[in-house]
Amino acid sequence: MKTIIFKTASTYLLPLLILFSVFILLRGHYLPGGGFVGGLIASIAFIIHSFANGLEKTKTIIKFHPGFLMPIGLAIALLSGAAPLLIGQSLMTGLWFDEPIAVIGMVGSALFFDTGVYLVVIGVTLTIIFTITETI
Amino acid sequence: MNNPYIVLPVLFQLFTAVLLLFFWFRVNTQRLITIICSLTSVGIAIWLFSEVYNNGILTMQAGEWKAPFGITFVADIFSSTMVLLTSISGMAVAIFATGSIRNARLKFGFFPILNFLLMGLHGAFLTGDIFNLYVWFEIIIIASFVLITIGGEKAQIEGAMKYVTMNLLASAIFLTAIAILYGMAGSLNMADLSGQVAQIENRGLVNVVAILFLVGFGIKSAIFPLYFWLPASYHTPPPAISAIFGGLLTKVGVYALLRIFTLIFIPDEFLSNLLIVMAALTILSGGLGAILQVNMRKIFSYLIVCHIGFMIAGLGIYTELAILGAIFYLIHDIVVKTNLFLISGLIFKLKGTLNIEKLGGIYKKYPKYALLIAISLFSLVGIPPLSGFWAKIFLIQGGYQEGQYTLIGFILLGSFLTLWVIAKLWSEVFWKESVDLPKKINVKYFSELVPFKQWVMIIPIVFLTIITLYIGLAAEHIIILSKQISYELMNPSVYIEAVLGTQIETP
Repeated sequence: MKTIIFKTASTYLLPLLILFSVFILLRGHYLPGGGFVGGLIASIAFIIHSFANGLEKTKTIIKFHPGFLMPIGLAIALLSGAAPLLIGQSLMTGLWFDEPIAVIGMVGSALFFDTGVYLVVIGVTLTIIFTITETI
Repeated sequence: MNNPYIVLPVLFQLFTAVLLLFFWFRVNTQRLITIICSLTSVGIAIWLFSEVYNNGILTMQAGEWKAPFGITFVADIFSSTMVLLTSISGMAVAIFATGSIRNARLKFGFFPILNFLLMGLHGAFLTGDIFNLYVWFEIIIIASFVLITIGGEKAQIEGAMKYVTMNLLASAIFLTAIAILYGMAGSLNMADLSGQVAQIENRGLVNVVAILFLVGFGIKSAIFPLYFWLPASYHTPPPAISAIFGGLLTKVGVYALLRIFTLIFIPDEFLSNLLIVMAALTILSGGLGAILQVNMRKIFSYLIVCHIGFMIAGLGIYTELAILGAIFYLIHDIVVKTNLFLISGLIFKLKGTLNIEKLGGIYKKYPKYALLIAISLFSLVGIPPLSGFWAKIFLIQGGYQEGQYTLIGFILLGSFLTLWVIAKLWSEVFWKESVDLPKKINVKYFSELVPFKQWVMIIPIVFLTIITLYIGLAAEHIIILSKQISYELMNPSVYIEAVLGTQIETP
């Protein structure tokens, strides 16, 4: 699908969709959204880009193998889930900073857990899609 | 008592898996990490066991959401014993795998997936929430799907098809049962359910749900009419993988059955009789199946089915003594079955085949290995004073007290069939004159391996054999332990009180 309209649109859609995915990730604690949906939106951004410009171009943007995001995401999720154990509380207890941070709002361990999920989802989705695209 | 750290065995397996994922392509680093981490996980499991043994039942409410609303993790003696056994078998298998699994398979992520599987097993033993139990079962079967197909040989895929289909069906039935149970009782916490289910008026529906659970777990633990997938799939993957499957995966089903049918659904007469009939037929069909086979791993697969029957028999008789026998058998069986599959891997590396008609002369050529293997085989048969003997004593005694003479007959028949099979196997594989087998090109023989790989294949077998000897020769320790477990299972008020934190009046 190498049409000029799609190609031009994809260059603008990539940053927009990634921004949107981060927005979805951040609002996820009390409103619909969260790490899983955010991760899917972010991977859609890259998939659209690869449809328009070819897989090789997209790979030059990402620079490393997307599968590498899986252990990183899992590690973040594991650490944020296990963090309460360090102060003698149960697994996955929500720990919150006292003051809200500008733009993001209240920050707690749940946000880090969601970020981990976000990265894992991007990693898994892109690995699957890239592998399938390469083998066709 | 509340202790947030009881979840550590689960977290540590996840940590190991994530760490291994970082070294996806570096197979030798993965080997090193696996050995270190599996030793550490045994240490953690020993800590958990001693903590529970000294302090009684420990609980953890995830996210500080109080039971029965949040997800509860409960470590009583039964679950911490199972965690300990799982990590011991897991360690043996992981170390054995560093030597026996090919690099090509390791590059598809064998070790991380193995650790995810162990994480699922630990989670299933520690959870006190029935839906969470389902989630751990899902983690276990997804990891096992990957393990059974890894490498993608034709026979493996064929076995995996049967395995995947039956296990997905089992999960679906299990999930349906949970849904109906939740609809009736409005709770998922097992301790809470114990009280709620007893008050439900509609006993017919309760029995239906109990049967659904029995079918779901029955498929997973390979009970009589539902066992056909097991001998069709367990001999296909590499020996290290079938060792963890044979040693642990069916036993999770047995654990769940023991837990559910002592805590939530107390068997009435119909259910007890059903369990006893299923146990008897499981013993019979497993034993008869084993006689017919010539592939060593298929023989062991049928023996798994046969011996699952002993544990279900203990549950069916439903007295403290019989449950004691079932628990003892469970403890013995996990160690021995894991070891037998590892041994089959060793024999395959020595001779290049597992067909007992072609094998022979191992006793003459490798007398030390033969002695090592003999201990496990004899203990499986239950020759006194080895470990299988004690368990059967209690089962038979328990059956005698309740007047279940037919069942005792079947247990004896099962032991006899096992003896027959093992005797045949021994004479064919170890005593028969060896024939020169044609060398296979795609098999790396034991003598061709580097000394490190030879050692990591022998040490786990020696280690598990020592544990088998311990269970047999120091049986009084295991009897005390099993007695305490069966006491706790038959008197669930202690468990309920520990989870819900309230005094329950016993009716």
